[in-house]
Amino acid sequence: MELWPLDNYWAHFGLFAVIIIAFVLIGVMAYIYVERRGFGPFQLRWGPNRAGPFGILQPVADAIKVLLKEDIVPAKADKWVHWLAPVVVFLPILLIFAVVPFHGGHGLIPDLNVGILYVVAISALGVVGIFMAGWASNNKYSLISAMRAIAAMISYEIPLVLSIIGVVLITGSLSMNDIVAGHTIPFFLLTPLGFLIFLLSAMSEINRGPFDLMEADSEIVAGFHIEYSGMKFAMFYLAEYGHALVMSAIAAILFFRGWVGPGGDYIGVLWFLVKMLFIFVLLIWMRITFPRLRIDQLMGFAWKFLFPLALINLLVVAVEVVAFEEIPWWILFVNFALVGVLIPLWSKLFKLGGGRVEVKV
Amino acid sequence: MKLRFERYGKGLAKGMALTFRHIFRQRITTQYPEEKLTPSKRFRGYELVWDKERCTGCATCARSCPQGEIVIVTSRGEGNKYVVEKFELDSGRCIFCGLCVEACPYDALFLGLDYERASYRRGELILSKEQLERTPEKQISAYFHPEFEASLPQQTLLLERAGRKGQE
Repeated sequence: MELWPLDNYWAHFGLFAVIIIAFVLIGVMAYIYVERRGFGPFQLRWGPNRAGPFGILQPVADAIKVLLKEDIVPAKADKWVHWLAPVVVFLPILLIFAVVPFHGGHGLIPDLNVGILYVVAISALGVVGIFMAGWASNNKYSLISAMRAIAAMISYEIPLVLSIIGVVLITGSLSMNDIVAGHTIPFFLLTPLGFLIFLLSAMSEINRGPFDLMEADSEIVAGFHIEYSGMKFAMFYLAEYGHALVMSAIAAILFFRGWVGPGGDYIGVLWFLVKMLFIFVLLIWMRITFPRLRIDQLMGFAWKFLFPLALINLLVVAVEVVAFEEIPWWILFVNFALVGVLIPLWSKLFKLGGGRVEVKV
Repeated sequence: MKLRFERYGKGLAKGMALTFRHIFRQRITTQYPEEKLTPSKRFRGYELVWDKERCTGCATCARSCPQGEIVIVTSRGEGNKYVVEKFELDSGRCIFCGLCVEACPYDALFLGLDYERASYRRGELILSKEQLERTPEKQISAYFHPEFEASLPQQTLLLERAGRKGQE
């Protein structure tokens, strides 16, 4: 394993641990700011603009406020699980960023040979924390929300992983460094269907956008973190945006060629951040546009639409990998044409609400 | 199965395009302390304006007030005329209905155009005769007195700011 920039084992780990924790916390604050500010123009308003220039200190002010708030634990709550849940929700984010290469293939453990498998495995851990929160709160809305979160997480994990496998097939490696090095052209052009499936299932995985029915404010009043206050609530809030941070980082590496971009290796980390931000803006745009799905629509979308399409995508990619030694660049036109055919066709087959039974009195 | 070209996600793309177009529209929010809107000319605003010369102390306004918050104390002065000793209004209780203005037989009461009179003490909301007195600087609303309308500024319409034509 390459130890950069310090040759000492412990110094390397210490340095990158600090970098990762700082990156996650600052990145989450930046994401909160970008989202709240970014919502403004879509709704013909400005967003936060009072604290600091352009409201840039708003997340800091919120963090200070939330630190000073009283921590309330419900009387009938399971105290230990209630306490542990925010930690379990937040921990996977730090764990995933341990293997993410930021710049020129450098990171805490950037060359993990099963990198993407590790990411998939760890990112599924967050749902345990959500279920712990839902269960320990001793609140019906929390429990409903936790069950929905688990259902969505299990369903969307499959198309997510299948779309990742497409990329892995092309590059022939699970290591994130090799995946970035394996890009001839960015994979969101080469496998547009895979990118679309990844984006949609990632959105559901991180409970945002139109798939946020596990924390639907208007029906189950914020769901699993309804009984949380103070710093524990802040941990959930942090984790929500932290998952968005993780997913945009993974998408930037898998489909946007990571830190590689014009301008040389010196500004690699900047390219990485720009690509992450681009994906996050895409997520914001979708979140502001689409209304929330019902639970049957959510499950139907995963199993009847994304899952078959992900399998077809995998088949197409596999055929292409077998047929060509080196995948030629013109194959992207074929793949885009395939998206144009497959999505309308499958939308035609995609139906909801067949299970309704009318009872005649 | 007849394959018609519908329900394939065109609506989603349309929605995305619509929200994207919204970015370039004029924002509707008023940045309040820096930027203020001009209220309607017939705005029933804060503070009654009381004309000392015209008032005869008949207390019609006090009787018409649904809140009973106008207090008038008069005494007999020279030539059998009332002298208004006390004219007080608890503006914390005032509902700005304008009935006193309509009731006044001598056109001695008017409504103001102001709307920024928050204070920290309830006592500060009780306005005395001196505070209510009509001075040249005070802007008078055209409510029930359309003769003031010409001198007042045009109301800001949010429709105009949103890039649409305002109503004529």
